[in-house]
Amino acid sequence: MANKTYIKAINEAIDLCMKKNRSVFIIGEGVPDPKRIFGTTAGLIEKYGPKRVMDMPLSENGLTGVCVGAALNGLRPILTHQRMDFSLLALDQVINSAAKWHYMFGNQQSIPLVIKMIIGMGWGQGPQHSQNFQTLYAHIPGLKVVMPVTPYDAKGLMISSIEDNNPVIFIEHRWLHNVFGPVPDGIYRVPIGKARIAKKGQDITIVSVSYMIVEALKAADLLEKIGLTAEIIDVRTVKPLDEKTIFSSLKKTQRLLVADLDHKDYGFAAEIIARATENKSLNLLTAPCRITLPDIPTPTTPALTEYYYPRYTDIARKATELAGGNIKLLNKLIKKEQNLNKWLHDVPDENFTGPF
Amino acid sequence: MLSKKTLLSLYEKMLLIRLVEERIADKYAEKKMRCPIHLSIGQEAVAAGVCENLIKADIVYSNHRCHAHYLAKGGDLNRMIAELYGKKTGCCQGRGGSMHLIDLKAGFGGATPIVGNSVPIAVGVAFANKMKKHNRIAVAFLGDGTMEEGVMHECLNFASLKKIPILFICENNFYSVYTSLKERQPNRPIYKLAAAHGIYAKKADGYDVIKVFEETGNAIKRIKIGKGPVFLELTTYRWREHCGPSFDNHLGYRSKEECHQWQNRDSILTLKQFILNRNLTKVADLEKMTKCLNRRINTAFRFAEKSPFPDKRFLYEGVYGE
Repeated sequence: MANKTYIKAINEAIDLCMKKNRSVFIIGEGVPDPKRIFGTTAGLIEKYGPKRVMDMPLSENGLTGVCVGAALNGLRPILTHQRMDFSLLALDQVINSAAKWHYMFGNQQSIPLVIKMIIGMGWGQGPQHSQNFQTLYAHIPGLKVVMPVTPYDAKGLMISSIEDNNPVIFIEHRWLHNVFGPVPDGIYRVPIGKARIAKKGQDITIVSVSYMIVEALKAADLLEKIGLTAEIIDVRTVKPLDEKTIFSSLKKTQRLLVADLDHKDYGFAAEIIARATENKSLNLLTAPCRITLPDIPTPTTPALTEYYYPRYTDIARKATELAGGNIKLLNKLIKKEQNLNKWLHDVPDENFTGPF
Repeated sequence: MLSKKTLLSLYEKMLLIRLVEERIADKYAEKKMRCPIHLSIGQEAVAAGVCENLIKADIVYSNHRCHAHYLAKGGDLNRMIAELYGKKTGCCQGRGGSMHLIDLKAGFGGATPIVGNSVPIAVGVAFANKMKKHNRIAVAFLGDGTMEEGVMHECLNFASLKKIPILFICENNFYSVYTSLKERQPNRPIYKLAAAHGIYAKKADGYDVIKVFEETGNAIKRIKIGKGPVFLELTTYRWREHCGPSFDNHLGYRSKEECHQWQNRDSILTLKQFILNRNLTKVADLEKMTKCLNRRINTAFRFAEKSPFPDKRFLYEGVYGE
């Protein structure tokens, strides 16, 4: 199986679905422009033409409504936002129309619509280009919310999202775009609503999603050096949530840490912890913990984001505390870490030069 | 000159709307219709004149004040009244109520009560018609207040850009709830906002049903030959309160004289006189029509009363589509 980037995986998924089904079209600010939404829409206009691969006016709410209407009339739109923050302009159409059209009109018409959006992070993206709104969307009945972390899941979940007869919020993370991983060539599906065990372990369950899985896996490497094994659950779909996979891991480890880049108050982590503590059969040994963004807007300067974004070292420390591991030893190991370079928290990799 | 058939059909549509709305108002105090109602009494001519020009395949989207549009487009009366009663036999099986009417068989795509919410959806349905090369139109009914919403301008811009086969009908009734147009918009013609987006736009008297019918007919011809959207501003007036069954002139937000001026121009009576003056039919025939419509309305209310409520299981079904 060939290794491909996350961008290529998404691009292939859209390409294959457009080839397979003439009802699929894609629209968004910059879809056919020279940058092609960071490459996710590369090659599409050449293959499918301007009637199915469209740029759009800066009218997020209006065009979301247009896509809802097109979906009601038999088409399968994919709407893209270059940043998740921009999607807020369309909340009326997403929440008041797309999410509840099927239910409020008595189960007559469904809305097959994918709204694809990207979370920014670092390099001064700041307060309005790097927000995480997975919980905001997951709060709304009738929406599905997916956040793949691997290229394999990005492609499989995009195909499932396009084929789903409901509005799906498909959330990419900008720092995952250039991640490589094995991706099969043809059509395959990753089911919506099914979590993945990203790493097996015994001592603690770390539930996470999207980019934070990358940090959680690094944390797990550190934990192994002090004799702890963490089981990492990549929920992949934030809504509907696969409780079963989380609960069966917790039955084994009886310790829960949730790591997510959503804000703390009323967030994703709060929801996972609530569900785990409501389930008496889990017999958790310690109070669950969460690592999230603080309830503060994102600052721009790296001098402040350094303290804003939690990193794998924070996950490792909290997990060690929860599992009763050797914290002194862990702190010694952390001090030796190369990745603690002050500026590295601000870029997806050392070669990154901006602007996005 | 319109045919006798068309004139009588326009009259019947308007009368049906008036009689249904008056019956709802009369029975509202029984507390069996447990949802907000926004009656169309006084605004019948716009709905009838526009929808008389439409075929089944043309699709209509509407707003909170949707009863007239639904009925004029041929929406099922029994299922409408049952919906107001919250019954399983209602057009949304009780999930929508008065502000969410739908009848896909009749080409009534749905009504939603967020101002401006259904307009882009109508544009999207029409956009898909164009993409699929279907020669049919969509109609978006909106009010003067919608012109203050940003999404309206997004819709006008996009519909004009893509030459989308849609007819925007702006029912200017001069009030948004209790706030007059003067307090909300500068003194400039509403329809020129659409014209500024490059859309063919006109204003007409929405109390003259013949004029409404003719202007709409011309608009649809334009749209169907691919000239893009048309915007019609039709002036009209709501007689009763914004939401509810009563008259509300005592509140003082508009004058009794103003309301009476419009009531004196009652578009239904005007058309009736027009028909009788030309000896197109007899008074007795029109009375027979009224009786016939009242019987239909009686049947619809009986149907609603007798229908079962949805059962508890229905609460949980259909958050997601299949």
